[in-house]
Amino acid sequence: MYRYDQFDHQITAERVSQFRDQVRRRLSGELTEEEFRILRLQNGLYMQIHAYMLRVAVPYGLLNAAQMRTLATIARKYDRGYGHFSTRQNVQFNWIKLQDTPDILADLAGVEMHANQTSGNCIRNLTCDEFAGVARDEIVDPRPYAEILRQWSTFHPEFAYLPRKFKIAITGATEDRAAIAVHDIGLAAVKNAQGEVGFRVLVGGGLGRTPVIGTEICDFVPWQHAISYLESIVRVYNEYGRRDNLYKARIKILVKAVGIEEFRRRVEADWRYTKDGPCTITVEELNRVSAFFTAPDYEQLPEHDAAVAAQLCDSRAFSNWVQRNVKPHKAPGYAAVVLSLKKTGIAPGDATAKQMDAAAELAERFSFGELRVTHMQNLVLADVRQTDLFDLWQAARELGMATPNIGLLTDIICCPGGDFCSLANARSIPLAKAIAERFDNIDFQHDIGEIELNMSGCMNACGHHHVGHIGILGVDKDGEEWYQVSIGGAQGNDSSLGKVIGPSFTFAQTPEVIARLLQVYVRERFADERFIDTVRRIGHTPFKEYVYASPVEAAEGLTGEEYALLAAPYDTPLYSAGV
Amino acid sequence: MVIKNKTITNDDWNVLRLGGQDTPESVVVPPGKVIVPLKVWQAQRDALHERAELGVWLASDERAEDLRDDLDKFSVIAVDFPKFADGRGYSIARHVRARLGYRGELRAIGDVLRDQIFYMQRVGFDAFAARADKDIGEALKGLSDFTFTYQASSDEKLPLFRRIQRGSRS
Repeated sequence: MYRYDQFDHQITAERVSQFRDQVRRRLSGELTEEEFRILRLQNGLYMQIHAYMLRVAVPYGLLNAAQMRTLATIARKYDRGYGHFSTRQNVQFNWIKLQDTPDILADLAGVEMHANQTSGNCIRNLTCDEFAGVARDEIVDPRPYAEILRQWSTFHPEFAYLPRKFKIAITGATEDRAAIAVHDIGLAAVKNAQGEVGFRVLVGGGLGRTPVIGTEICDFVPWQHAISYLESIVRVYNEYGRRDNLYKARIKILVKAVGIEEFRRRVEADWRYTKDGPCTITVEELNRVSAFFTAPDYEQLPEHDAAVAAQLCDSRAFSNWVQRNVKPHKAPGYAAVVLSLKKTGIAPGDATAKQMDAAAELAERFSFGELRVTHMQNLVLADVRQTDLFDLWQAARELGMATPNIGLLTDIICCPGGDFCSLANARSIPLAKAIAERFDNIDFQHDIGEIELNMSGCMNACGHHHVGHIGILGVDKDGEEWYQVSIGGAQGNDSSLGKVIGPSFTFAQTPEVIARLLQVYVRERFADERFIDTVRRIGHTPFKEYVYASPVEAAEGLTGEEYALLAAPYDTPLYSAGV
Repeated sequence: MVIKNKTITNDDWNVLRLGGQDTPESVVVPPGKVIVPLKVWQAQRDALHERAELGVWLASDERAEDLRDDLDKFSVIAVDFPKFADGRGYSIARHVRARLGYRGELRAIGDVLRDQIFYMQRVGFDAFAARADKDIGEALKGLSDFTFTYQASSDEKLPLFRRIQRGSRS
C-alpha cells in the first residue's frame, strides 16, 4: 500500500498543528462556534447528541496492521473501547472530547492516517472497490488513481467551501462494488480498444432526500486527464451549485436543473483551459504511485487446495462460512476473506478495540499485514492462502468475526441513527439488532440467499436505504419513531431506487413486515432467483398486498429499549468556553 | 489596514457598497481611491473611465469574464466573500488569474478570516482586507499554515509531483 514520503508527512503534521491552534483559539473564545464549526468538520469532528464524534479517514478503505492497532489504541485511550466502521469505509469514534482531538490526530499522523475532509462541504474521502488488486474481474487496479486523487483533493484550495459535501467513488472491475452510481462523481477505470486506460465518468448520483442514479458525462477520460477533468466538474459545481437551500445544494440538483448536456458543455468549456496543462498526470507519477500497489509475494500454489475440500465436507459451519465470506482471488490458491462485523446483537459495523487488535494480528498472520474496510461495513483480508482458511476461520470465530452472513439478510447496512446522531428521526441500530435476532437462524438466511437490507434513521440516507433490496427509513410522526419500508432498490451495475410499499410501521411491527416480504418471495421465487430479481419480475403489488392484507401484530414486548445503547451521560459538556 | 504581499500595510482604498436606495446607475461614486461594484462600473463606465485610480469588486455570484476587456482600467480587483463559507470567490480568483491573466492586485474583501486566507492566497489573492473586528496580525499568521501543497494553483503553477522529486517505494 501507499507509504508517505517526507512531503506527505509534513503536510499531515502541519495540518495537526493548524487544528491544534484552532482548537486552542476555540477554547479561548477567539473563534466563535460558527467560525469553528466548519474547521472542525473538515477535520472530521461532528457534534452528536452525547459527545463529539471523530470520523477518521481510511483512504479508499485500505489499512495496514499498525494503523489498525492505532485505531484500537484510540478506542481505548480516548473513547469507550470500540469504533464504528462506516459505509464510506471510514472509522467513527463516538465519545470524543474536543480537547483530545489534536492528540488523536497526532497519533494518527504517526501511522500515516488523518481525519482530513471526512466531513464538511468539501471533497470527502474517496471510496473504492474492497477487492481492488485481487478481484478476478478487475480490468484496472484503481488504487494508484485513488491515491493520486486523494492527494489532489487534500486541502484543494479552490474546493474547501463547496455548496455541499462531495463524494467520489472509484472502481476498476466489471462488477461495481463501490456503488459508483450513487456518488457525486463515480469513476470506472476501463480500457479502450487500444488498451489504454481511462475513466468512464458518472456525475450527479446520490442518495439523501432526493435519490438520483448518476448520469454518464463522459465515456472515456484518458487517465492522464483525470485531475484536470475532475477539477472542471468540481469548479462548475462550485460556481453554479445552489447555495440558497441546503437540501438542493448537491451537484445532482444542478445536473438535473440544467440537464446533462448543458452541464457537460460547461465542464468542457472549463476543461479547454486546463486540459494538457500542468495538472496532467505524468507517467512518472503514475509509476511512482503504482509501485506501492504491486502484488505481494504470492506463492506458487495450485488453483484448489485438496485439504480445504476435505474440511468443507467435515464441517458444515466452515462450509457455510466459505460459501458466504470467502471470495475468489486472481492468484491461484489464494482467497479474499470477509470478516463479518454483523454478528447478531452487535451494532452493524462496530468493532471493539480487542477485535481491532486481533484483526491486525490476523492480517499479519494470514494476509501480508493489510486489511480493507468495506462499504458494507465489514473488514476484508484480501490475500489469504486457501490452506490457511480453516485456521483463519477458527481464529475469527473466537473473535466473533466469522458470522457466515456476508450478502445475507443480517449483513445489514445501518447508520448510527437516533442513538447517536442529532439528525436522526428514529433509532436504527436497535431495529437492526431486533431484525438480526428474529432472523438469526443461519439456515434460514442461507435459504433466503443474497439480499441487502439497508436502514437509515432519517432521509439523509447514511444507511443507503434507497438502494437496499429492502430499505428501511426512520421517520418521525408526532415525536414517535416510525419506519417506512421500501423494496426494489439495488446498488452496483444494475442500480435502482427502491419504492415505498405503503404506510409506515412501528418499531415492534417492522420485523414482522420483513418476515411477510420474505414469505412472498419464498412463495413466488424461481429456483435460484434472488429476492431483488423476484421483485423486479413480479413487481411491488404482490408484496404490498400481502403485507397489508391483515393487521401487522406488534411483536410482544418489543420496544427497542432492550436493544438500545446505554447513553450514559457525558461527563463533561460538549463545549464550554474556558474549559 | 490590509495584508499585502505578506505584510500589514496602511490602505487608502474605500469599498463602495450599494445601500438599499442606491442603484448602480444613480449611486454617487465618491472621489479618491474607490473600489466600485462591478454593476456600478458597467453602469457608469464612461464617467469612471476618466479616473486615475479605480478598483472594482465582484460579488460571489458574478463572473470574472465580465472584466475580460477592462483589466487595464483597474488598479485593484477585489472579490467579495459575503460569508466565509461561500466558496465561489475561490473559483472567481482562479479565473481572474488563470483565464484572464490578470497580474495586478487581487484583494479578498468581506468575511475574510485567518483560517481561510491560506487557501485564498493559493488561488491568487495577494491582498486581504481581514474582517475589521479581527486581529489582522493573527490573520497574517494564516498565510504560513503549510509549507508544501499538493495541487497546482495560482501560487504554484505545478502540482507537487511535477515540482519536487517525490519519495518512491524503497
